[in-house]
Amino acid sequence: MIIKGKIHKFGDNINTDEIIPAPYLVTTDIKELGKHCMYGIDSSFITKVRESDIIVAGRNFGCGSSREHAPLAIQGCGVALVIAQSFARIFYRNCVNVGLPILISDEIYKSIKPDDVLEADLSKGEIKNITQNKIFQVSAFPSLLQEIIEAGGLMKWYLLNKFET
Amino acid sequence: MTITEKILAFHSGQKEVKPGQFILADVDIALGNDITAPLAIQEIEKLGKEALPYPEKVVLVADHFTPNKDKESANQCLKLKNFAKKFNVKNFFELGCGGIEHALLPEEGFIIPGQLIIGADSHTCSYGALGAFATGVGSTDLAFAMLSGKIWLKVPESIKFIYNGKLNNWVTSKDLILYTIGDIGVDGADYKAMEFEGEAIRKLSIDARLTMCNMAIEAGGKSGIIAPDEITIEYINQLPITNYQLPILKSDKDAKYAKTIEYDVSEIEPQVAFPHLPSNTKSVSQAGNIELDQVVIGSCTNGRLEDLRIAAEILKGKKVHPYTRTIIIPATQKIYLKALKEGLLEIFINAGAVVSPPTCGPCIGGHMGVLAKGEKCLATTNRNFVGRMGDSQSEVYLASPAVAAASAVKGKITHPEEIISG
Repeated sequence: MIIKGKIHKFGDNINTDEIIPAPYLVTTDIKELGKHCMYGIDSSFITKVRESDIIVAGRNFGCGSSREHAPLAIQGCGVALVIAQSFARIFYRNCVNVGLPILISDEIYKSIKPDDVLEADLSKGEIKNITQNKIFQVSAFPSLLQEIIEAGGLMKWYLLNKFET
Repeated sequence: MTITEKILAFHSGQKEVKPGQFILADVDIALGNDITAPLAIQEIEKLGKEALPYPEKVVLVADHFTPNKDKESANQCLKLKNFAKKFNVKNFFELGCGGIEHALLPEEGFIIPGQLIIGADSHTCSYGALGAFATGVGSTDLAFAMLSGKIWLKVPESIKFIYNGKLNNWVTSKDLILYTIGDIGVDGADYKAMEFEGEAIRKLSIDARLTMCNMAIEAGGKSGIIAPDEITIEYINQLPITNYQLPILKSDKDAKYAKTIEYDVSEIEPQVAFPHLPSNTKSVSQAGNIELDQVVIGSCTNGRLEDLRIAAEILKGKKVHPYTRTIIIPATQKIYLKALKEGLLEIFINAGAVVSPPTCGPCIGGHMGVLAKGEKCLATTNRNFVGRMGDSQSEVYLASPAVAAASAVKGKITHPEEIISG
């Protein structure tokens, strides 16, 4: 899977209240959630973001609550990939479970400039910074998580594995 | 193995597990609330399911936006109720039957030492206070657990925190955990189990231990855990439950830890976390002159009976500052009733505080105590992120019920000693 888009850069400890503030958690509609994505930190984000864009962030992205509305809001506004130096654990598992691609990279965060365009080949783990003409390699997911991601998320993996009791 | 590794090995049918290993573990209790369960319900409905294999393991609590703050939140709670009816989920707690989930589940006897609890709420880690492995997950995990009785987990490394010495006056478990988060940072325990030990921990009540484990997530922890002891057994034995077994559970002497951190608690003063991170802590005596528009005493962190008793001890015969509105939230209906019978609510009302029904409301900026632009609030809750309690230009300070009550009286951040000795 190849993802190409403009990056939006954020700092450390971006929390789920910033990604989708609690007052907007009264819906399960992804598009509706997407309309308020990143509202808690940048209320103009949704006017700038385009389909297939990429969020690049610092340490501990997605810390705070367990709300799966956070990765769903990110998907809902069109963002196709999140790259961070590190992720908070519940956010990380939520991304795996709902099928939002995420990558961990220190180098990409440190070298990225606003409005850079990245092209990510997820199956190869290869990320090209087209603007700066640089190539980065990121490590693969552990095999169980790769299986869930390839299935298209946890519910699809559930169906494939016949957990029926 | 550590206590955490032992619980995870048992629940995945293995003799031994190692940190970093991925397991598919059996879940004893799966919890959802009015914010997170609707997404899980939607996933289950998409699959066209008609029944759950283990409805008795599912607990649904309407607590976040209850009493329903608007028609959208009312609709979310209705989804819970309809799902509970259709899928025979008996453990559905409607407004009036329960309260804030993480105070409710221990009180109702859902949490037993050695169990594996998952909840679609980050503060599910609270239950480690009773020697269970408990961790916050997402809605899809909840749907998966409701359908399969299982959860995928990476076995975490553990960090051992040892608290030596005797607590100073007015220093509570809230101060210990704020101090710890201040020390290691908001991702200092990312992906790790935080195991709390030491003589100061052994003297803490279950209410106080729940406060401590509740905030493990604020250091990025996967779980917080305190090995069960006599205090745990005494607590479990007074609950309205039968047919339970209490395993003897503790970490082996040769268990491996990512690191061990020791504190001398006699050096710790009451703490306050400044905006906008729980790790931004100072001693209250170093807080300076911070005037407050609102004080909130409650939440899954500090809304239990012991918390209310401490607040009442300070507020008895006093008045809250006229410019500092004060909201006190007993976390469950049972706590509310006990506080009523003990005369605590009368003390609060006479002091000029308002007593709210059990709700998560203000903690998440939902309702029942939202902040205006520029306002400052000191709360006994667990997060002080930008805009957490209302306007993005409001500020939240985190502290214990003792500091909160003292600060309500003075209208600014205050050490409890200033009220009680003065």
